[in-house]
Amino acid sequence: MIYFSNSKKIFLLIICFIGLFLAFPNFSKVNIPFFPNQTINLGLDLRGGSYLLLEVETDSIKNDRSQSLLEDIRSTFRKNKIKYSGLKTNQNGIQVFIRDEDQISEARKLIQESNVSSSNLFSSNINKEFSINNNNNLFILELNENSLKEKYRSAVSQSIEIIRRRIDGLGVTEPSIQRQGNNRILLEVPGMDDPQRLKDLLGQTAKLNFRMVDTSISINEAKQTRIPSRSEILSDANGFEYLVMKKVLVSGERLVDAQASFDQATNAPIVNFRFDSLGGKYFAKATSENVGKPFAIILDNEVISAPVIRTPILGGSGQIEGGFTVEEANNLSILLRAGALPAPLEILEEKTIGPGLGKDSIDSGTSAAIIGLICVLIFIILSYGRFGFYANFALILNIIFIVGILSLLQATLTLPGIAGIVLTIGMAVDANVIIFERIRDEINNEKKPISAVESGYSKSFGTILDANITTLIASLVLFFLGTGPVKGFAVTLSIGIITSVFTAFVITRLLIAMWILKKRPEELSL
Amino acid sequence: MKTIKLIKHNTNIQFLKFKKATLTMSITICFFSIFSLFLNGLNFGIDFKGGTLIEVSSENSINISNVRSVLSSLNLGDVQIQNFGSEKNILVRIEASSSGNNSSALSKITNQLILFGKIQRTEVVGPKISSELIQKGILAIISAVGLMLFYIWIRFEWQFSLGAVLALIHDVIITIGIFSFFQIEFNLSIIAALLTIIGYSMNDTVVVYDRIRENLRKYKKQDLYDLINISINQTLSRTVLTSFTTLLALFSLYIFGGQVIKGFTLAMIIGVFIGTYSSTFIASQLLHILGVKRDWSKNNDK
Repeated sequence: MIYFSNSKKIFLLIICFIGLFLAFPNFSKVNIPFFPNQTINLGLDLRGGSYLLLEVETDSIKNDRSQSLLEDIRSTFRKNKIKYSGLKTNQNGIQVFIRDEDQISEARKLIQESNVSSSNLFSSNINKEFSINNNNNLFILELNENSLKEKYRSAVSQSIEIIRRRIDGLGVTEPSIQRQGNNRILLEVPGMDDPQRLKDLLGQTAKLNFRMVDTSISINEAKQTRIPSRSEILSDANGFEYLVMKKVLVSGERLVDAQASFDQATNAPIVNFRFDSLGGKYFAKATSENVGKPFAIILDNEVISAPVIRTPILGGSGQIEGGFTVEEANNLSILLRAGALPAPLEILEEKTIGPGLGKDSIDSGTSAAIIGLICVLIFIILSYGRFGFYANFALILNIIFIVGILSLLQATLTLPGIAGIVLTIGMAVDANVIIFERIRDEINNEKKPISAVESGYSKSFGTILDANITTLIASLVLFFLGTGPVKGFAVTLSIGIITSVFTAFVITRLLIAMWILKKRPEELSL
Repeated sequence: MKTIKLIKHNTNIQFLKFKKATLTMSITICFFSIFSLFLNGLNFGIDFKGGTLIEVSSENSINISNVRSVLSSLNLGDVQIQNFGSEKNILVRIEASSSGNNSSALSKITNQLILFGKIQRTEVVGPKISSELIQKGILAIISAVGLMLFYIWIRFEWQFSLGAVLALIHDVIITIGIFSFFQIEFNLSIIAALLTIIGYSMNDTVVVYDRIRENLRKYKKQDLYDLINISINQTLSRTVLTSFTTLLALFSLYIFGGQVIKGFTLAMIIGVFIGTYSSTFIASQLLHILGVKRDWSKNNDK
């Protein structure tokens, strides 16, 4: 075990240099040509920033589907003069009651025709949109689980894209947006210490539309008598109510640009917007037909403003005045540019770390690591003398390897991650301790130095392997089940275990072998 | 150069002599731990309970009762305010309310707290996440223990596997018991610490077991009682040394590593002590009770 061929020695030397090479940028402020410039990726807890865990509200998607299915069935039945009653949404879809028994079969046929099927690339079976349960006059349409799942999945992807566009509007660096599980999104924004700003941007689905205000009756009249079926009551931020037509003139999907700006006359913050050509045409037509009447600009069922159309707006662009502050105008323009979310987002978890705290953590973590390292180094020298010196060399090399591998993998270093490194410093010497204790045993069994070292290494290999695999199992479990900072801990611990076995078992063995074969000492002081 | 030897060569402590005493002690402590767990429960952090946590720091010391009176006007329910590390830092914990949206309340609270100093960090954990984290934490510990049971069973014999895992469960129960008894905050990082303790304690146990297995092959006629004793003594120096260096690193982390990871480090320190104790006194004695197959030579002699 102590005879290394020259090629093996060179190979090990190369590995050590690669480790140094990879770790180097972390210790040097200057960029040297040909050297890698990847440094360790610091986690949010070390560099400060905001972390949000969001969930796409799938129930709202399901409700939207049920609602639009209901509208479809209503219009189909009306068109075909089917007499029905009790058309309503239920938990998993809609239900309807056919009043005329003679029309049941016709109704069934119409329902079946409106049952769109969807298939996708990843599954061969074709999913019908809903299943039909028919009991005499009662039809129950249940939305298909698989086709809903498909919708949820695409809603999450779409949400990620829209969140990205919204966050980009903030001008922050390196935001990370990841899907987590089925319907969750993990958002990390380094350097952001105002989570409210983020939440303002993500708290709205930002469905914008333009509709006419219903002026046929006054709002009070409507409330006292009956709200016309074509209209509904919506209010603005101050609670002022409007009777607004349900029909949408132009929706926000037709927007191509929105910019915050100031009104030239009043200097109030406003948002300028521009439609695409089709949206511009709709808007021009609607405004030409309704000069002198008020229309409402509605965002997520809240009226932003309801100006009166003075002249037809033909250019496809306009402005929204809503008594905004500068920041509100800015946020609205970002929201409009990014587009609407397919469903509301729920904030499940949020964390924000100030940049000062992050720096403190790095400093205290680093000093703990250095002090811990020095204590261990001294103790090992005192315990094992020359052998301890070799073990210490391996220990320092081990830390360099950990830093190098973390930089290479671009893994994220968190505060628990630093704790993992410090813990590794304490535990990494274990392999050497096992070996050196073995060598001591062999010396006490009256073995000659070279054969004592030889058998010390060969006998402890199995033990070291078993002992470290069990620790590795624990840290892998942490890696797969942990989140955030805890995952960072698992990463450094796992890397540390593997590199410590390598440095302790291979590198110290090489050093000791080179020394012992050259000097051939009569006895070992160990 | 003269080297220090913490444990002298040819040390021969009759560990199994204390079998009754240590087993009784361990069982009693485990019993008390479980008792405390039922009686006091755990002082769950917001990771597991849901709620809001805000750290504020200032140049001068912060008057906690002032903070309390300002926050009480917001009607937040159960609010906990305490110093964090020094008088210049405070930690405000607000329990999750069943009704309100915690995220939207946060800015209201921070607007008040900003009067006292700089907001260093804020955390809001919703109830959906906290219950998931509990489940995940329990799953993590069970699967780690299960995987070890399996690994040791493959590498050794079932008696070793069972003994090691019982010792692990012993470690976990006592550590959790200490957290329950002293009502130290139990959060996600403590789960990480528990898993590391499991790994560490197992590591220790495996080294002893490995030596026992080796000696079983070597001294076929040796009485199991003596054989286990010899094996523990042979590995004792290593056990003590490794625990010592690990504790050196951990204490350095505890003293210099900052407030945020104090809980984690404390759990680890407790765990290293218990883990070292259990692999020396519990795991090997369980092996003596369970008995082992003696004839290992058949696998070895080809």
